[in-house]
Amino acid sequence: MSDTTETGPVLAADGTPLKRSLRRALRAQKLRALALIAPLLIFVMVAFIAPIADMLFRSAENQIVGNTIPMTVEELRDWDGEELPDEQVYRALFFDAFFAAEAKEHTRLGSRLNYEESGMSSLFRKSGRSVDDFGEVFQDALEDLNPAFGEAQVWYDMMSGEPAAEGATRLMSNQIARLEQLASESYTGDPDFMPGAAIAEMLPNTAREYAAFAAFTYFEDEDVVAEEEPWEAVYAGLALDLESVDTRRAIAEYDGPGADLLRQAAEAELPPVDMKSAFIEDNEDWARVNYWEVIKMYSPSYTTGYFLNAVDMEKTTEGIALRDEDERIYGLLFKRTMFMSLVITFSCIALGYPIAWLLSNLPARKANLLMILVLLPFWTSLLVRTSAWKVMLQQQGVINDTLVWLGIVADEGRLVMINNQFGTIVAMTHILLPFMILPMYSVMQTIPPSYLRAAKSLGATPFTAFWRVYFPQSVPGIGAGSILVFILSIGYYITPEIVGGTTGTFISNRIAYHISTSLNWGLAAALGSILLAVVLILYWAYDKMVGIDNVKLGG
Amino acid sequence: MKLHKTLLATTALTVAAGAPAISQEMADSMTLVSWGGAYQESQQKAYVEPYLEMNPDVSATWDESSAEAVAKLRAMDEAGNVTWDLVDVVASDAMRLCDEGLAMEIDHDEVLAAAPDGTEASDDFGDLIVSDCFIPQIVYSTTFGYRTDMVPEGVEPPSEICDVFDLETYPGKRALEQRPINNMEWALYCDGVAKEDLYDVMSTDEGVDRALAKLDTIKDEVVWWTAGAETPQLLADGEVFMGSTFNGRLFSAIAEQDQPIGMMWDMQAFDLDGWIVPADLPEDRLARVMDFLKFATDTQRLADQAAYISYGPARESSAPLVGEHAELGIEMAPHMPTDPANASNTLIYDYEWWADNRDDLDAKFQSWLSR
Repeated sequence: MSDTTETGPVLAADGTPLKRSLRRALRAQKLRALALIAPLLIFVMVAFIAPIADMLFRSAENQIVGNTIPMTVEELRDWDGEELPDEQVYRALFFDAFFAAEAKEHTRLGSRLNYEESGMSSLFRKSGRSVDDFGEVFQDALEDLNPAFGEAQVWYDMMSGEPAAEGATRLMSNQIARLEQLASESYTGDPDFMPGAAIAEMLPNTAREYAAFAAFTYFEDEDVVAEEEPWEAVYAGLALDLESVDTRRAIAEYDGPGADLLRQAAEAELPPVDMKSAFIEDNEDWARVNYWEVIKMYSPSYTTGYFLNAVDMEKTTEGIALRDEDERIYGLLFKRTMFMSLVITFSCIALGYPIAWLLSNLPARKANLLMILVLLPFWTSLLVRTSAWKVMLQQQGVINDTLVWLGIVADEGRLVMINNQFGTIVAMTHILLPFMILPMYSVMQTIPPSYLRAAKSLGATPFTAFWRVYFPQSVPGIGAGSILVFILSIGYYITPEIVGGTTGTFISNRIAYHISTSLNWGLAAALGSILLAVVLILYWAYDKMVGIDNVKLGG
Repeated sequence: MKLHKTLLATTALTVAAGAPAISQEMADSMTLVSWGGAYQESQQKAYVEPYLEMNPDVSATWDESSAEAVAKLRAMDEAGNVTWDLVDVVASDAMRLCDEGLAMEIDHDEVLAAAPDGTEASDDFGDLIVSDCFIPQIVYSTTFGYRTDMVPEGVEPPSEICDVFDLETYPGKRALEQRPINNMEWALYCDGVAKEDLYDVMSTDEGVDRALAKLDTIKDEVVWWTAGAETPQLLADGEVFMGSTFNGRLFSAIAEQDQPIGMMWDMQAFDLDGWIVPADLPEDRLARVMDFLKFATDTQRLADQAAYISYGPARESSAPLVGEHAELGIEMAPHMPTDPANASNTLIYDYEWWADNRDDLDAKFQSWLSR
């Protein structure tokens, strides 16, 4: 003890401080251990954790609205939601929808919004086809005025401005970013076009749309910008710019390439830009305020909408409200899933306990035979076992036939035992029973039979001996089995699907439906997140009450 | 006119020059996606095997994933690795894939073979091209079958759709598909709504309630199915008296398995099934698929397919070529949903309407089911 009071650290044999050399040795060990589990760790991260995290992220993610119609979202920010939005919003929608339609992304947005409001899917699909026509009016007018407006090179030169002039780099990179957001891709390279700063300032809409056109032509179509005639939105942009008196005045003094052409257009009478009427004439649904409300409500990048939907609520203009009674379903399904999982867990305990007791108390040879009987169904395909229950339980099935033959039920009064809760509970209890028996068995095996004998010899009745001595020692096995069975059954899918009918299905069946049929992955992710949270909460509660350390999965 | 001719000549030259070059770049394997079962078998025999015989160095792999095609294609697209070359889907799924940008838009006249009499493909398929991405193959229908030996004594066998809703005359269980599509239309029709007004009525909340109320009258007697194979099984077991399913499934239960089942064609709901090509395939794979597609959807091949399964070929020009069943030797035409005797009263399903309303109605339908 006196050594430690002396100054200086304890040294190892080679002279280095003991602490350091110990740490070094331990670090080497830890690294080796880590390297050993690294393959598993990486596998679990890549194949399990990452996809789940990605899927859960979808339950709140909602970038599609802002990415597809960014300018409209911007314009809608100040809209009060009382009356139809003004012309500004419809103009933004035109440019957004035109660009989205070129990239064929508008229908995707339609499908997304249709989850919230029926009818938006076809509204976007149909309007995507007609936005060309809205812009064509201006293209025709300008080309009638001067055929040079139909020439690709003329446009290219005009929008590039003077060769030596300053370029509007910001504008161009913004438009590339707009395309990247829309197409969810990233582009590298130079589209070989730079809008001139002077013309971009004078004709902001035209320059913006032409830059977007150039980015799309170069990156998506992989064509040469200078050889392609601009699309209709550019003409509409020019017509819009020319409506301003200041712009017309500026054009009169402009002397860059295409100045004469622009002057000619500025002096001419172009059709008025009235996108609001164009949209509403094309499809009167654009005059429905509630559609605009939905667009505004779902324009932020993240939404609580999916989660609200998953608990039978919805966003309305007055705030969050319960859904109509005839549309509520998920609350019921969550409750039913909980209830049925509990029933299945208790049925498994009731059926499994005596078997596990038998297994652990029979002589080894008989116990092995019994074990095989427990494991055989465990090794049989899940689908086969479920289908076998179908054969057993249906109205013309084995059980009903036997009952009718014995005269217990009348031929017309055959029991309905399948396509309902009863069928699901029976089939799932059977399927999950081994998960209950095995942990129970492994715990019961460790309880010495002499304890029971001792209790009896001290005067306990067989029941008291069991209840006071044996049962408490077997509780960890019950706990482990119950957790296994409950958590497995809460997420069960295939058995309820086959034998559950309409009253015996679980929440997981709806999740599967939204993943594979309705494609509402956001809602499926929200339902899945809630289910995961419920399981974690139950696990936590169980840990508080029973203590997870008392659970034994193996001897 | 002169310009037009020059253009044509140039195009012809380019095509002639380009053709051999393209054929060299074709991939030598294809992954075809279909439904499995008898239907996939009919495709295999009618055009995949003949095509592989013509191109011995090509191989074709089947993936039986059509039921989840939309979800899987979306997942593949997000992962950036589409492994499918040609996907068999129902028309409504083709529209959704097209909407999502997951299927390629097709110029039908350019890609598909013309009819033997020179009619362009788009005219030969006509209205059945319900989406720019969709290449129709067959017309099928969802219709009812019933157990002939369970018809009550002294009563005519059921022959009209409304017999399904008539529990007094025809007591017994019914099998219906667990989704609102078709069931809502049939219910409203039997509640007295004229065929042309069905979708107008269904567009209102009252109309939906009315359809569900009509379905309520038989709800206790309904077994709901999700896979097309379930109804023939339920009928064969005597679990249900009548049930809806795809007409080809009923045909094989009746003609191939000799089950005591009768067909009811009244108000059969027509639907289409066909190919889509996934978007953005690599050039060599695309070239191979297009080559196969042209062959597999020509007039003769579609007619050949009808020798294996009782679905109507989607080309008008194929109809007269439909012959006998390949193994049973029975005349196939009377078993086709498109046969005039069977198609006297049909339900034309409104794709657009359902594309808009399926999310909403499905919520209501599921909520109704669980009540």
